Amino acid sequence: MLALSTRALTKVYKNGVQALRGVDLDVEQGDFFALLGPNGAGKTTLIGIITSLVNKTGGTATVFQHDIDRDLERAKSCIGVVPQELNFNQFESPLTIVINQAGFYGIARPEARRRAEQYLKQLQLWDKRNGAARGLSGGMKRRLMIARALMHEPQLLILDEPTAGVDIEVRRSMWEFLRDINARGTTIILTTHYLEEAEHLCRNIAIIDHGNIVERDHMANLLLRLHTETFVFNTRNAIATVPSVAGFVMRRIDDYTLEADVSKEQNLNELFAHLTQLGIEVLSMRNKVNRLEEIFMRLVENRSANA
Amino acid sequence: MLDTTAVPAPASTSMAQVRWIGFQTIVIREYGRIIRIWGQTLVPAVVTATLYFVIFGSLIGARVGPMAGFDYKQFIAPGLIMMQIIQVSYANVVSSFFGAKFGKHVEELLVSPLPNWIIVGGYTAGGVMRGFMVGIVVTLVSLFFARLPVAHIGALLAAALLSSIVFSLAGFINAIFARNFDQVNWIPAFILTPLNYFGGVFYSVSMLPLWAQKVSLANPILHMVNAFRYGFLGTSDVHVEFAFGLMLGLSVLLFALAVILLDRGVGTRD
Repeated sequence: MLALSTRALTKVYKNGVQALRGVDLDVEQGDFFALLGPNGAGKTTLIGIITSLVNKTGGTATVFQHDIDRDLERAKSCIGVVPQELNFNQFESPLTIVINQAGFYGIARPEARRRAEQYLKQLQLWDKRNGAARGLSGGMKRRLMIARALMHEPQLLILDEPTAGVDIEVRRSMWEFLRDINARGTTIILTTHYLEEAEHLCRNIAIIDHGNIVERDHMANLLLRLHTETFVFNTRNAIATVPSVAGFVMRRIDDYTLEADVSKEQNLNELFAHLTQLGIEVLSMRNKVNRLEEIFMRLVENRSANA
Repeated sequence: MLDTTAVPAPASTSMAQVRWIGFQTIVIREYGRIIRIWGQTLVPAVVTATLYFVIFGSLIGARVGPMAGFDYKQFIAPGLIMMQIIQVSYANVVSSFFGAKFGKHVEELLVSPLPNWIIVGGYTAGGVMRGFMVGIVVTLVSLFFARLPVAHIGALLAAALLSSIVFSLAGFINAIFARNFDQVNWIPAFILTPLNYFGGVFYSVSMLPLWAQKVSLANPILHMVNAFRYGFLGTSDVHVEFAFGLMLGLSVLLFALAVILLDRGVGTRD
């Protein structure tokens, strides 16, 4: 079953901006799906239409086969949303916020209190449950919005940049939490500017740009399309000149740092063998940029160049 | 490290149950708001009504003499109670819903499966609740100044209920259109307050020249105040049946308008 399906979805704002230009998108039930795109590409508009915060101009959208035009209430009851901007009452307590949210989805208060305790504890907010939400740190506020979105245990969880402004430790904990939620059956759609996050978590991906889906594929397939990767090597001994290694494009960054472009046809063993022959000892190595980021930039830049 | 033992499962709740619990939740949230900021929501109305009783009732009223066959303090008491009910019902919904828009937490409701008529109904119930809370307290205060018989308890309660519904809905519509806090305050300052003062709270319209009596009939608050006064004192300057018909008609009209505006996303959806 499809968790989400859109056909020819369009949105033209009153100021004439065409945010979506006929978006066709399918997300399978159980998927962990990345929706990526540069700022202003249409991601938040698409999410806004699905969650009914934005009126669409044309097209159709269904959530677990519930059409948002004909069966909006059931469609919305399947969705939990963590928006990009904070949108809870900062004067209410976290406990009140999540219990009320459950009520808006028809969860009776005794059950809402049980779930509130469960999710606030899991997201490490239980100790903060009674203070005003405005007193929480940025990361806690993000976690509160996740707890709130889970209160009615939605089948489709939409996260619009959930880890923005969150420190690395909390971000990785949130990744584990979301991966576990997904493993237990919840379909997740994630938008993020941390492409490492999308590569790390998501199985399928769509890239949206200027209101169009420009790429839709399995994450693994997309990454395979990367023909050349750039690696950065830290060396033990100082390097005075760029080493000449047949078949590889090398660059000297500083005395102890080299860069090499390695195509899919080449292999790193060969490169290491050459470097060893030249007496260069490599201490560590890393990708210069995240692989998904590289593909993303190429797709978006190509479209901009062709426009 | 976050605990990851959650077991999300699809909910299986009937939509009727969702709507009922959702409605209750909005009302409970509004009750919590009224109580949390009681210094803003309950006290000012009581202070204002007390001042009116002291100044207009005791100090000036003593020299005014009877009005429509009643002691002046007795005559103005129902109007003063109704005036506070109207003002707080309006103020509650306009500030609560506009605050939710301004703080973006209205999105909690808009993304939920609750239909718009439940959202409008929930906020209206919140306004009615505050209207009745203030109405009861102001009635108790008025008993320090005047003896208040109850001639028609049904009319009394119906007038209070329908008036607070009408002005809660009016406050909701104001909040839908408002883009800033100035626009929240314009209607109460420039429309509601004059209508209140010309609504027969402090005088009987029979004292006015004929043309002014006719103009006054266009003021819905005149009908509300007199219907409420009829409930207490058994006397009214207007036809009570027409007054109730007007309040009922306005309630239905404003409710429909509020729902249509929400359906279209005016002021709430892009």
